[in-house]
Amino acid sequence: MSTVKFTEDHEWVLIEGDIATIGISNYAQEQLGDVVFVELPEVGREVAKGDEAAVVESVKAASEVYAPISGEIVETNDALDETPAKVNEDAEGAGWFVKMKLSDASELEELMDEAAYNTFTAGLD
Amino acid sequence: MSGMNKQGRPTGVGELGDAGRKTFTGNRGLAQEELLIFERDSGACGVDLDEPNAFEDRLGGNRRKGSVGLPGLSEPDVMRHYVRLSQKNYAIDAGLYPLGSCTMKHNPRLNEKIARLPGFADVHPLQPTKTAQGALELIELVAHWLKVLTGMPAVAMSPKAGAHGELCGMMAIHAALEARGEGDTRTRVLVPESAHGTNPATAALLGYTVDSIPATEDGRVDVAAFKAKLGPDVAAIMLTNPNTCGLFEKDIKEIADALHDVGGYFYCDGANFNAIVGRVRPGDLGVDAMHINLHKTFSTPHGGGGPGAGPVVLSDALAPFAPLPWIIERNGRLKFADVPEQVEEVGGSSFGRMTAFHGQMGMFLRAAAYMLSHGSDGLRQAAEDAVLSANYVLASLKDTMSAPFEGPCMHEALFDDAFLKDTGVETLDFAKAMIDEGYHPMTMYFPLVVHGAMLVEPTESESKASLDLFIDTLADLAKSAKQGEVDRFSGAPYLAPMRRLDETQAARKPVLTWSPPAPAQAAE
Amino acid sequence: MRYLPLTEPDRQAMLARIGAGSIDDLFVDVPQEARREGLVDLPTRQGELEVERFLGAMAAKNTPAGSVPFFVGGGAYKHHVPATVDHLIQRSEFLTAYTPYQPEISQGTLQYLFEFQTQVAMLTGMDVANASMYDGSTACGEAVLMAHRITRKKKAVLSGSLHPHYRAVVENLSDFAGYEIDPGAPVFDGTEDIIARIDDETSCVVVQNPDFFGNVRDLRAIADAAHAKKALLIVAFTEVVSLGLVTPPGDMGADIVVGEGQSIGNALNFGGPYVGLFAAKQKYVRQMPGRLCGETVDAEGKRGFVLTLSTREQHIRREKATSNICTNSGLCCLAFTIHLSLLGEEGFGRLARINHANAVKLADQLDTIEGVDVVTPTFFNEFTIRTSKNARDLIDEMADKGVLAGVRVSRLWPGEDSLDDLVAVASTEVNTDADRAAFAAALKEVLS
Repeated sequence: MSTVKFTEDHEWVLIEGDIATIGISNYAQEQLGDVVFVELPEVGREVAKGDEAAVVESVKAASEVYAPISGEIVETNDALDETPAKVNEDAEGAGWFVKMKLSDASELEELMDEAAYNTFTAGLD
Repeated sequence: MSGMNKQGRPTGVGELGDAGRKTFTGNRGLAQEELLIFERDSGACGVDLDEPNAFEDRLGGNRRKGSVGLPGLSEPDVMRHYVRLSQKNYAIDAGLYPLGSCTMKHNPRLNEKIARLPGFADVHPLQPTKTAQGALELIELVAHWLKVLTGMPAVAMSPKAGAHGELCGMMAIHAALEARGEGDTRTRVLVPESAHGTNPATAALLGYTVDSIPATEDGRVDVAAFKAKLGPDVAAIMLTNPNTCGLFEKDIKEIADALHDVGGYFYCDGANFNAIVGRVRPGDLGVDAMHINLHKTFSTPHGGGGPGAGPVVLSDALAPFAPLPWIIERNGRLKFADVPEQVEEVGGSSFGRMTAFHGQMGMFLRAAAYMLSHGSDGLRQAAEDAVLSANYVLASLKDTMSAPFEGPCMHEALFDDAFLKDTGVETLDFAKAMIDEGYHPMTMYFPLVVHGAMLVEPTESESKASLDLFIDTLADLAKSAKQGEVDRFSGAPYLAPMRRLDETQAARKPVLTWSPPAPAQAAE
Repeated sequence: MRYLPLTEPDRQAMLARIGAGSIDDLFVDVPQEARREGLVDLPTRQGELEVERFLGAMAAKNTPAGSVPFFVGGGAYKHHVPATVDHLIQRSEFLTAYTPYQPEISQGTLQYLFEFQTQVAMLTGMDVANASMYDGSTACGEAVLMAHRITRKKKAVLSGSLHPHYRAVVENLSDFAGYEIDPGAPVFDGTEDIIARIDDETSCVVVQNPDFFGNVRDLRAIADAAHAKKALLIVAFTEVVSLGLVTPPGDMGADIVVGEGQSIGNALNFGGPYVGLFAAKQKYVRQMPGRLCGETVDAEGKRGFVLTLSTREQHIRREKATSNICTNSGLCCLAFTIHLSLLGEEGFGRLARINHANAVKLADQLDTIEGVDVVTPTFFNEFTIRTSKNARDLIDEMADKGVLAGVRVSRLWPGEDSLDDLVAVASTEVNTDADRAAFAAALKEVLS
């Protein structure tokens, strides 16, 4: 049983048991343009919700990616080092950033489901 | 008619064929392709030096093993390489260069001649000062002009460039706050949204929290919002005036007074001093520190990105903290005070050293030649002409293009991309099409507070005829965009040495150095 | 005014188009009390002839290095620069271009920057180099900040024999940014034990090679000790010509290399402008300060160059940038790269050997003089002597005899009594046998 949730900062969170996979939304990659580099955190780091967890860079912009939930980084998508273009090609799949072990499942309740997120982005610009 | 060559030479103009045809060499007439210098290695040498007689080295066993990998070329080949490279560059000497915020004005060659006098260029920074009195006098001369022109009591000459000057000014402010016992409590620096990127970067480097001040609809600092942010934790404001929208901050005195009332200091980014030199003295506006980009206001060449020079004028409150070295007078002779103890003897409390030696002497010389050539009258006239030319561009194009703010402007005319709405042409495309017309584009997408910004700084170096042709060209481009001639823009430039370059590839797989080609695989 | 093309009728016509009555109408936004009516109290305009005469007289008060036997170093060196260099850097297309933000019409600047970066990487034995910094000292300061970003530690251990100006620049930046420094005491004979000062808190170790006094050292053990504590080794140099003969820092385990490039292509200029060289290992490239030029292709697939990885820089990253630096030393690095191209592999190596040979000859000659000891057992083109006279008086009296003999060490280390009788002496390819003889003769006289 898995669920996908979204944040207002354009991150998505896929929850499978107590592991959350996190990336940026397709809407976000379109706004950024060609992604050229993703700076990922070290595995083992504890992050609190709202902490800077990664940085995603396009040619002319760098954007911080904030942890949508609290927990421990258990895996990072090292393939992005070699092919950052995966973020553009498949933002909500192969372009994932990190996997985290959830420390507080209740934080998930504050996130949007896909329908709510689509409504949210439709209201932007 | 005998004995005469009757054959003659054909004098026709030839056939009109395909001018875009490919050539064997890849060259196109005067537009020459050029390999990397490493690919031109012929094993020759461009200098004649004699090998020293055999001797025992004193390197303690630390002698380089193996070669460096440098290519060898004769002098003519080196000359040709760089001349060909130079021909791929646009330059102010070749045409109008309207880069807003950068001030691409004429660079007089007298400046270069003076900077190369052996009595200045061939003087070592650590030779005894009694053998370099003229060099110290020159620094003092430039310092004097800067102080008088800005109405400020002191100037730090050592900063190497504008951003280095900003760092210097903010360090002086931090040192002054520490001396007041408020170094730890004043942690916030206010920076308008429209600021140069160096301002927040400088404040952050010193550990300050950067607090952004919004702009008003007329392109200036929102004074009410600014006042609401004032408090006992504010260290300084970093404000550019004239600002990056090309406008004079009308309320600058009110801003300075309110800031001083709460104990903060006023750092003025002096990048745009060239608009007001000779007409307005920053010292009369409540400024505590301001850097001066000598390459903008005083015409030292930009040199493809540097070197610059960024002396910083300081108020009485900040002067004691100026960086090392200071120039002092002893027994009728000028000397350096280059350690804190020597500065303390003359009542100073320097915050420290920002660079080796004493600053960009070569740039001081060029600036001195420019200052003396213009004089007080010429400098004022130059500022007036710069402002006049920008307003002329603004007035001529504000209805064809679109301007976010009402004039008068100072030395820069700011346009936005409203006139390109629904044309399918963006600011970037518009700018690239200017290249085909023989112009360097204006500054784009800066300041950030204006959508699709185009910032035009014509400077005082353009004749009216040159300005008129530029205005007509932009008007023609604007008309073309509005008429839907997207092709003129979407692939532009078509006629430059290169088409648009792939910046994504460059950033995804950075190749920052040349590598020798891998040896070819042996045939099997 | 000869530099201003607008005529009075032009100005009137332009004001009319704008709809302004006079130029004053364009300055209406300036507060009334700050508007200046008359001219400031400075001389008015002058012709070329007058300016040249005035500044020429000022220049005549100085003693140019080329006019006397000259042995001053200490971070800036007198070398011969081929005529081609100065001719080329004064070409309009190089001299009067801006930063290459429009690559389609700036390939000249971009290509030489790419070539420059490659040359610097080759010389230092490192993977990558940037498009230059202000000078060696500020490059050194930036390197320390970069090491702190990489290691997430805050303490820099400096060799006591690092150029005092470089140390002062690092100290100043570190003070303001809240970082720690272990500066070390000067050791003039190359026996400094820096390894003992490296601990778990150490972010980086900064060592100059050849050091300020001239000593050439093997840094491999220092590199190993630093790496064992997860610290970086930063190697600085002030004389880039040494890299033609001395083992490059990259081969000794350096992580970041910084130095002064003035010696190649650039005049002494009384201290500036110079060109800071900055190189690093590939894996640290995204933490580097300053401009980087990279290779790419254009829309037609043709090779070209662009400024790249700009998300590190202030104009994009603003308060999160790796540095606030905006300029590089454009023309100075052009001069550097042209001079190095003229030298090539053969010329650069030979230049280094001549420099070393001249210094060895001079050291041997001075060492025989009574009251003079060469105190640096190893050196490249600069060494330190101890004399029986206070160095301040010695330099002063030598200057009166028309010999600029070197750098009084105590000028840079005031208050270190043990250094009061030391003089750093540099000898390059410009020094002749006659110069050395003049030095030795004058030295004998002032010591007698």
